[in-house]
Amino acid sequence: MPLTSQEIQKIASLAKLDLVHSQEEHMLQQINALFEIVEQIKSVDTLGVTPLSHPLETVQDVSLRLRQDLVSEPNQRELNQKSAPKVEKGLFLVPKVIES
Amino acid sequence: MSELHDLSLKALSLAIQNKVVSAREASEHFLTRAKAHATLKHALNPLQCEENQTSQSNSCGAFVSFNEEFTLHLANQSDQRIAKGQARPLEGVPIAHKDIFVTQNFPTTAGSKMLEAYCSPFDATVVTQLQQAGMVNLGKLNCDEFAMGSSNENSAWGPVKNPWDNTRVAGGSSGGSAAAVALRLCPAATGTDTGGSIRQPASFCGITGIKPSYGRASRYGMIAYASSLDQAGPMAQSAEDCALLLSAMCGPDLDRDSTSLDVPKEDFSRHLNESIEGLRIGIPKEFFSDGLHPDVRSCIDLALNEFKTLGVKLVPIELPKTELSIPVYYILAPAEASSNLSRFDGVKFGFRAKDYKDLDDLYRKTRTQGFGEEVKKRIMIGTYVLSHGYYDAYYLQAQKIRRMISNDFQEAFKTCDVIAGPVTPQVAWKIGEQINDPVANYLADIFTLPASLAGLPAMSMPCGFGASSMPVGLQMIGNYLQESKLLNVAHQFQLSTDWHTKTLRGAK
Repeated sequence: MPLTSQEIQKIASLAKLDLVHSQEEHMLQQINALFEIVEQIKSVDTLGVTPLSHPLETVQDVSLRLRQDLVSEPNQRELNQKSAPKVEKGLFLVPKVIES
Repeated sequence: MSELHDLSLKALSLAIQNKVVSAREASEHFLTRAKAHATLKHALNPLQCEENQTSQSNSCGAFVSFNEEFTLHLANQSDQRIAKGQARPLEGVPIAHKDIFVTQNFPTTAGSKMLEAYCSPFDATVVTQLQQAGMVNLGKLNCDEFAMGSSNENSAWGPVKNPWDNTRVAGGSSGGSAAAVALRLCPAATGTDTGGSIRQPASFCGITGIKPSYGRASRYGMIAYASSLDQAGPMAQSAEDCALLLSAMCGPDLDRDSTSLDVPKEDFSRHLNESIEGLRIGIPKEFFSDGLHPDVRSCIDLALNEFKTLGVKLVPIELPKTELSIPVYYILAPAEASSNLSRFDGVKFGFRAKDYKDLDDLYRKTRTQGFGEEVKKRIMIGTYVLSHGYYDAYYLQAQKIRRMISNDFQEAFKTCDVIAGPVTPQVAWKIGEQINDPVANYLADIFTLPASLAGLPAMSMPCGFGASSMPVGLQMIGNYLQESKLLNVAHQFQLSTDWHTKTLRGAK
């Protein structure tokens, strides 16, 4: 079932993207064309099949590791904030979130 | 001695270690060549764009950044080590990195306006490992934005032109890497493969490239597209050169990459010279369907015949879910991308939109202006398939079919040792030809997606020339952790054929 204008606007909003009216038609057409191919997966019988998330799971145990909770890196705040758009006193600056 | 840039990586490495040429001379030589192929479009400064277009109209647009001082510093260090008899395995040999690997000494953009002026505080593990093997970092290479694409046309830096015909695409997403090696601008390059991004451009540009088993090379510092599929690999002139590079690149990185495999470092060159007589090569009938263009098919058939003369047995096999790999990939990869790319919000790094009224507006405007069209589309597809009420029908169902695809391969490997077939249904298309038909673009990934979804090692090597005399690649897929077998088979093929040594018409 093709996506509607309302649905695509909702998706854009969830993805924090603005989809202006002039681009909406083009995006709808492209995504709907892809979903014509995608829909075929619904008819595949996958009863009893376990989803595969790590590809090597089929041949070996790949349970996710946890490393020890130890400090392993020096403090590099300045270096890490070098490419940030707006920084002050070691903090990332964003527009005011809480109204005064 | 032939021209420096025509030497294989192995030969150049020997020439440097034996002091026939210094590491500095080699770096200067390749830098001069590479600089003539810097990107035409300057993503960050439109003024420079005009300047470049007039002065470098023959550029293929492969390189996006240089740091000459740093490159020559590394080269000098290599020469000092050689003088002291402390040479490391690939001492002084230049390599360039796909701009998806973060680097301390070069900007990293991932082909996106979103990361304009981004400088990483650390190096990707792969970059570090190659540097520790003695390699000299020559610069960064153009790629599709966040590695999303099969033509390198989705780059903020502009497309990479195919060195064999500059009206055609170089392939993608590692298009800059493939073109740079094909033009002998560097003896080796790194690439990354999510759905075919090493194999397809390697095939389109007539070079050799391999994607190892998922988890072999660390993903630390590789800007994430689809984490359960992304894998780094080398691109070079031959299987022999790729084996040297892969040995340096791979190895466990357990504390920094949660999906890194806990298997020891390996010498992937150790089986290169073994005979392949009696080897069984599986031929999946689904890879030879009607969609395969006849010019590509005849090259593949000739290559398979060549294998027969080497004593190889061709075995028909089936990979019945091949066609389903397209919908499965185009659900899973965008889903993971939508999650991975949520980090680009204009707060911690890179681009931020100019005018905004509140935090939400800052996010929206930054993402809308910072991402290119293809990236936005994939983020939206991913957001949709993961959204409430659709997760089971799309994402979970796709992961189940992914297991079935993987099981099909294990079934096939019961009767064969490696699998061979085409990399793509056709040779490189014209720049702009498929831009308005993205679905056609997606369908062209049909032969590379299955091995990516299964996480298997797979490679492309040149095996002839198809329509318009464009290169054709032969794909070979191995079972998990069988990279050295794959490279052995490819090396034996390259010992008895010379497709991989064919250099460009007029590329000197």
